[in-house]
Amino acid sequence: MDRAYIINLGPLEDIAIGQGRCFIVKDTEVAVFRLRDGSVAAIENQCPHRKGPLAEGIIDQQFVVCPLHGHKFDLETGQGEGGECVRVFNTWIEHGNIYMQFSPYVFIDGKITAGTNNN
Amino acid sequence: MKKLVVIGNGMAGARVVEEILARDAQAFEIVMFGAEPYGNYNRILLSNILNQTQQPAEIFMNTLSWYQENNIRLHAGVKAVEIDRKNKKVAGIRLSKEDAPYGTKIVNTASAEIIEEDYDYVILATGSRPFVPPFAGADLPGVFVFRTIDDCDGIAAYAKNCRKAAVIGGGLLGLEAARGLMTHDVEVTVIEAGPQLMQMQLDSESGDILRRTMEGMGVRVLTGSLTAQITERDGKVGGLLFKDGSALETDMVVISAGIRPITEIAQVSHIDVNRGIVCDDQMRTSDPEIFAVGECVEHREKLYGLVEPIWEQARVLADVITEKNPDAAYEGSRTGTKLKVMGVELVSMGQTDPDQPDDEVLVYRNPNRGIYKKLLVRDERILGAILLGDAEFSDTLMQFFMNEKELPENRSEVLFASVEGTTLLAAADLPDGAQICNCNGVCKKTIVDCIENDGATSVAAVGAKTKAGKGCGSCRGLIAQLIESAVGEVQYDASEHYYVPGVPLEKSQLIREIRDRKIKSVSEVFAQLCGGREHVDSKVGLASLLKTVWPKEYEDERDARFINDRVHANIQKDGTFSVVPRIYGGVTSAEDLLRIANAAVKYNVKMVKFTGGQRIDLLGVKKEDLPGIWKDIGIPSGHAYTKAFRTCKSCVGTDFCRFGLGDSISLSQKIEIRYQGMECPHKVKMAVTGCPRNCAEAYVKDVGVVAIEGDRWELYIGGAAGSIIRKGDLMCTVDDEVAVIKYVDRFLQYYREHAKYLERTYGFVERIGVDVLKGILIEDSLGICAQLEERMQEAVEAYRDPWAEADVPAYINQFQGPQLVEVVREVNNNG
Ligand SMILES: Cc1cc2nc3c(=O)[nH]c(=O)nc-3n(C[C@H](O)[C@H](O)[C@H](O)COP(=O)(O)OP(=O)(O)OC[C@H]3O[C@@H](n4cnc5c(N)ncnc54)[C@H](O)[C@@H]3O)c2cc1C
Ligand code: HEM
Ligand code: SF4
Ligand code: FES
Repeated sequence: MDRAYIINLGPLEDIAIGQGRCFIVKDTEVAVFRLRDGSVAAIENQCPHRKGPLAEGIIDQQFVVCPLHGHKFDLETGQGEGGECVRVFNTWIEHGNIYMQFSPYVFIDGKITAGTNNN
Repeated sequence: MKKLVVIGNGMAGARVVEEILARDAQAFEIVMFGAEPYGNYNRILLSNILNQTQQPAEIFMNTLSWYQENNIRLHAGVKAVEIDRKNKKVAGIRLSKEDAPYGTKIVNTASAEIIEEDYDYVILATGSRPFVPPFAGADLPGVFVFRTIDDCDGIAAYAKNCRKAAVIGGGLLGLEAARGLMTHDVEVTVIEAGPQLMQMQLDSESGDILRRTMEGMGVRVLTGSLTAQITERDGKVGGLLFKDGSALETDMVVISAGIRPITEIAQVSHIDVNRGIVCDDQMRTSDPEIFAVGECVEHREKLYGLVEPIWEQARVLADVITEKNPDAAYEGSRTGTKLKVMGVELVSMGQTDPDQPDDEVLVYRNPNRGIYKKLLVRDERILGAILLGDAEFSDTLMQFFMNEKELPENRSEVLFASVEGTTLLAAADLPDGAQICNCNGVCKKTIVDCIENDGATSVAAVGAKTKAGKGCGSCRGLIAQLIESAVGEVQYDASEHYYVPGVPLEKSQLIREIRDRKIKSVSEVFAQLCGGREHVDSKVGLASLLKTVWPKEYEDERDARFINDRVHANIQKDGTFSVVPRIYGGVTSAEDLLRIANAAVKYNVKMVKFTGGQRIDLLGVKKEDLPGIWKDIGIPSGHAYTKAFRTCKSCVGTDFCRFGLGDSISLSQKIEIRYQGMECPHKVKMAVTGCPRNCAEAYVKDVGVVAIEGDRWELYIGGAAGSIIRKGDLMCTVDDEVAVIKYVDRFLQYYREHAKYLERTYGFVERIGVDVLKGILIEDSLGICAQLEERMQEAVEAYRDPWAEADVPAYINQFQGPQLVEVVREVNNNG
């Protein structure tokens, strides 16, 4: 059992369609994307390769491409192509605002791991 | 297995071995003696080594590993001195550093290593040595000849400490030497004993034109000057003394007074030698087990000093010695010369003057432009021809000459472009034996076989298999014709040619779909052509293409753009941005610099750096600060961040430079104003330089413009100096700035419409072939030039400075940095 936080990221319209924005949540940078089908995805902003800002990357319905060296990550699972991985966060829309659930890191079996993302 | 010893490892020796291996790799155990201490290189390209456009490593044709791979034992740096015909043994001596490979004496015979090889057959391919007239002082330090890589090194090293150089001999090689010396910053004088330059190739009138052109470029020419002596100063060359008593001061001398076959090994071995080593039509010497090939050969009383006849000899010799065709016969060659002397194109074949009353003589002169064309006709065939200053259509002329084809009644058709710009000579009509590639001696049949049997369907594939088209490249058009007539059209592997990976269409098909369906946005492409499925790796390429197709109506969806193009700045590794204002042609002003400096202070710029593109880079600017810094600077965007036209560098040109031939600054500014911000498949860098000294590095730009003597401009395309270094190909030479812009328009638009996304111009030019491009863009062979110019004009007019978005952002939160957010509530997360 661990702590989680609910965060209001503001109106959906404040993110340009098909693009991302970076939010700082409890000292962690989170990249939030507004997909072209109207849905929203949120992942850790820092690229595990060399800390590129993933919020500035190009996306489609499934992937984001890091603007610095082109590493690619799945928006739903956080899985990268070369075995790299970013955390993903649960998001939803209420009254036109984007909400997100954020869990700080937890230790499982002695390793730092993201808090669970799903309810 | 029989053992073959080849003496001489130059153009002829290496070539004949290649020909033999191609016929039967197992026929002989092969041993080669080469007096030069390395593998075989392309002697023709030595001029490029001397004028510093190529590195020695680039001109090697057979590296030492090639010999190993083909089981050839090469004694490099060993000179064969005698053939003991009774015991069938060749003896060689390892040369020391002091020995010139073509010297007549060996310095250190006593202590030198002797190498012996027995043989069944010998091939002599000893070539020639430069002829040094027997005047006093020819052995002083500072006297050079021009025959080997080592000669070039010696000349270049010595020229560093010289102001003046003299070249004795105004023939083809002498002028090449003069051109090379010019690039080493010495004043060059060419001394010719005869009444004119290039007596072998030119008549007196064209010789005069060439002389004037050369003088215009700063080379002094003395004709009718017989050298009596090279005089000494401080133990080295100090000057020349002529037979008429006059004198010339000079710090170094290059002697280029003709060549003489190297025959002494044949002489001491009692093989028949006249002027050269005498051979019959099977390339046999007076000893049936000893053959000869190359410049050392005298065949039917003729000596040859060019490579084409040598390739023919090598083929015959290989046929005979491998017994693939023991009766093959070499019957002599008709030779023509095609070259560029100091930027002047020159083609010469056959006789230079008529010698019978019935010989027809046609002459065209345009002395102001340095153009002279002369055609001599006998029995409806070319007896001789000279083209100076304009060598277009020389290939056609050369084919008529070498194949002794009958000329059309209207002779001007072979001297000038016919109106439609069609090729007069259809490659398909040529006989099988016609030589298509004159550099590498590849005949039509070889190429056609390669197309039909080996499935080579591109010019490059033919080149990879046969070497055709890999020399000067001027025959690539003919090769393309042969491919077309053999297989109809060139075949491609489809997916390799998709414009972007996510849309299964080639670029031209994609453009057609986009035009036909009037698709104006990236999301519409996915909707209409991909069943609605977006593809992340295709977006940027599609956005660039749509902008090219619809310069004004394009529906800009910013999410399809790379971050740099969303915020018009270059993202750096720490997520900050760099700002590069446009500085047209690299010329700025104190006022602009003050504003740039003030902005740099105000926004706490981390580094102010001069870019390689002659402008200023402000690094480490935060995204939020971009609009403010742009406004403070007040200069349009330099587009240093995008796949687009970048800069046009310039040199100081005629305004200040003492060498300037054309106003490079003014032209580069015009170019930069015209193409600023123009989206392209990849970045495009240009330069205009005021003379061939090339201070603005125009030869290695995507488009480079070089001012040359006579108020003209050369246009180079496809140059590169990034991870790939490539000298651009000369696309055309034009008379004024208007014409420069016209051809840059055409090339750039064609590149925008036909290059694959992220294909730089160097790859594009190589893929399409510069000759094909010339046909399309200069002769308008597809009839599309007017449209290209029109569409380019439209794109130029659609230009808007993206930094104007400082006032009116293009989308919400365009320049917003990371935003701090508050927690609404805490929950217990039960997994
Ligand atoms: C600067 C320059 C530019 C040229 N440009 C052109 C051009 O544009 N077009 C054209 O058609 N031709 C051109 N030529 C001419 C062309 O290079 C020659 O015709 C060709 O190289 C001759 O080939 P070869 O094998 O007979 O002689 P080489 O290439 O000279 O080879 C002979 C080799 O044998 C070696 N050798 C000699 N004697 C012995 C021995 N006893 N034992 C061992 N080795 C020995 C020599 O050192 C040499 O390496 C040019 C020549 C020069 C120098
Ligand atoms: C991500 C890394 C790089 C960045 C951010 C970068 C950025 C730049 C910028 C901003 C310019 C100035 C261009 C202008 O004034 O328009 C420039 C010029 C240049 N860059 Fe880079 N560059 C990078 C990598 C490279 C690499 C890898 C090479 C070589 C392989 C290279 C070769 C050059 C050259 C040759 C120029 C000068 C161009 C000219 O003379 O016109 N750059 N670069
Ligand atoms: S390239 Fe320009 S600056 Fe350089 S020498 Fe020529 S004219 Fe002068
Ligand atoms: S930092 Fe993201 S790919 Fe290198």
